[in-house]
Amino acid sequence: MVEAAIIVPAILNGLITGAVYALVAVGLTLIYGVLHIINFAHGALLMVALYGVYFLHALGGVDPYLALPIMIPAMFVLGYLLQRFVIGRASHGKDENVMLVTLGLAIVIENLALYLWSSDTRTIDTPYGFSTVDFGVALIAVPKLIAFAGALLLTLALWALMRWTDLGKAIRAVAKERRGAALVGIDIEHLYAMSFGIGIACLGAAACLLLPSYYASPHIGSAFVLIAFTIVVLGGMGSFVGALVGGLIIGVTESVGGLFLGDSLGQLGVFLIFIAVLLFRPTGLFGQKA
Amino acid sequence: MTSKFERLSVTRRRFLAGSALGGLAVATGGIAAPRLARAADAPAVKVGIIHPVTGGVSYSGTQGRAGAMMAVDDINAAGGIKSLGGAKLDALLADAQSKADVGAAQIEKYNDAGVSAVVGGYASFICLATTQAAAKHGIPYVVDVGTDDRIVKAGLKNTFRFSPGYGVFVETAIRTLNEINTAAGKPAKTAVIVHEGSAFGAGTAALLQKNLGGIGINVLEVMKHPTPNLDFNNIVLRIKAANPDLVIPADYYNEYVLLARTMQQQKVKPKAIFSVLGGAASQYKFVKDFPEAAAYIMDCNHWYNPHKEAAQVLRKKTEAKGLYYTYEVFLNYEAVMLLADAIERAASTDRAKIIDALTNSSWAGHFMPYGPTRFENGQNTGARAVNLQVLDNDIKVILPAEFANAKPVFPRPV
Repeated sequence: MVEAAIIVPAILNGLITGAVYALVAVGLTLIYGVLHIINFAHGALLMVALYGVYFLHALGGVDPYLALPIMIPAMFVLGYLLQRFVIGRASHGKDENVMLVTLGLAIVIENLALYLWSSDTRTIDTPYGFSTVDFGVALIAVPKLIAFAGALLLTLALWALMRWTDLGKAIRAVAKERRGAALVGIDIEHLYAMSFGIGIACLGAAACLLLPSYYASPHIGSAFVLIAFTIVVLGGMGSFVGALVGGLIIGVTESVGGLFLGDSLGQLGVFLIFIAVLLFRPTGLFGQKA
Repeated sequence: MTSKFERLSVTRRRFLAGSALGGLAVATGGIAAPRLARAADAPAVKVGIIHPVTGGVSYSGTQGRAGAMMAVDDINAAGGIKSLGGAKLDALLADAQSKADVGAAQIEKYNDAGVSAVVGGYASFICLATTQAAAKHGIPYVVDVGTDDRIVKAGLKNTFRFSPGYGVFVETAIRTLNEINTAAGKPAKTAVIVHEGSAFGAGTAALLQKNLGGIGINVLEVMKHPTPNLDFNNIVLRIKAANPDLVIPADYYNEYVLLARTMQQQKVKPKAIFSVLGGAASQYKFVKDFPEAAAYIMDCNHWYNPHKEAAQVLRKKTEAKGLYYTYEVFLNYEAVMLLADAIERAASTDRAKIIDALTNSSWAGHFMPYGPTRFENGQNTGARAVNLQVLDNDIKVILPAEFANAKPVFPRPV
């Protein structure tokens, strides 16, 4: 039986979980929407970032939130190099090749992780790991509140970057008209790698915000990434606000759906919304017509 | 394109013996000719050690392999099989890749390699396939874990399971829960069952639901969730609303830990968390990582006899290797020891003679909390499940009393 008293906390929980999903989705929407690269390695790279945060904490005693200034640049460099020297080179400019290369990368990275770190689950214990804030109607875990705030800030920062900086303008130019951008002197290869790098850097931030309440294991990425793909399409490809709002909608739908249908069927609602969006608003909630 | 079968590997253990190439050997090795150092005249006894060391259940498989190898090393260090002139055990390692068909294919390779016996399998679905494949060639097979009772009910003459099966666990859990509850003046009258959706969780939940009424515990709600499940807030909210005396999880490790952590976060404190073959409750890792969330959790599971010195020695040895002392480790250690005892008495590497020796085994050299060893249709009728509780940042045996090293704390202190 579902009582009214648990619906409000369920919605709150859904919003918080949704923001966490959005964290993973913003990087994907940049790569997927702006560059039209379907990055199947997104989940695997999130997993790498989670292990990065884990090892910084376990070996160096670095608090996951203090790891932000380390993980963001580190993942950016990894993303930049991957696009410039692996994905870009192997794809020969064909989208279907990109798909296969990123899928291959995902398999290699996940199995490498399995070999190096075994399938053992890694968690970290922080002093604030079990702290909660009492909102009267619900207790919300502090790490999740921080992740929620982090997701909002990150989305805002990305939006500002794309809107007001030269880099953002150049990325948008390449996305709209590749040849034209090249003609006005934009280095296409470099910008592709920059965008991919920024998308992966988001995962670095996401990992720092996620690890205090989740865990690292070689297969953790796939759990997030399917939902992230759904959010990207729901919110509109390439739209950061769309990713955030999409994430929140998915989070609440899943949470409330879980309450009424049981957690195994909770995701049913998510995919019903997904199909409805594809039918009635194929560009997504905040997407622009191509 | 390499076919699936060509990529299967049976690797000689020497590749793995501390060498940096260990992992590569798993991926690329074939069956090499035995070249281990051994007693001059006694040819080694080839024993297949099979586990899922890659794929979904690879953590358990890796732990199991480590346990089996420690037994092989101990036997060889102690002079091998004496009735065979000090013949050493030669372990042929195989990876079942967490797949039943791969496991069965590895058994065919073992047969070609001329093994005298096979130990392992770990997961029930793998054991079901490997024991049947081994039966075809009359290879004696000692199941290490595989709790599904169908494994020993298929009428296979070659299959032996030293540890208890599913039925024993549920029966023991219900009986001991009643004992603990009655002794405390029956404070537990209601329960909520939280379970994952696959065969293990759903099966356990159904059996418990059927039997809890018989001991006066009313099941308020059964909550099912998928694996992996990243968020337990909703489930914990529903537990909070139902306000049961007991929470009974049937989950794998990750979900079990997340559930316990979320319950702690949301300040949901039932009189007890009680589980059957609980994914995390009997894991030192969980107790070490989250001592507060793990405190006072009770579990009915495989365990060793804490009063036996040998069990503690193996624990130290396991921890010295940087591994957690999980049930996979000691169950595999004991499975190999049981087999070695049978080979010793058979005084032969002949498969049929080893099967005879196992059938008539009354091996007493183990450190498990079991009754006398006796095999009936391949199942050790002496095998027992024990009740454990996380107390003082350690895992203690609370029942049966003869093996206990602590008294149950129930209801748990607020």
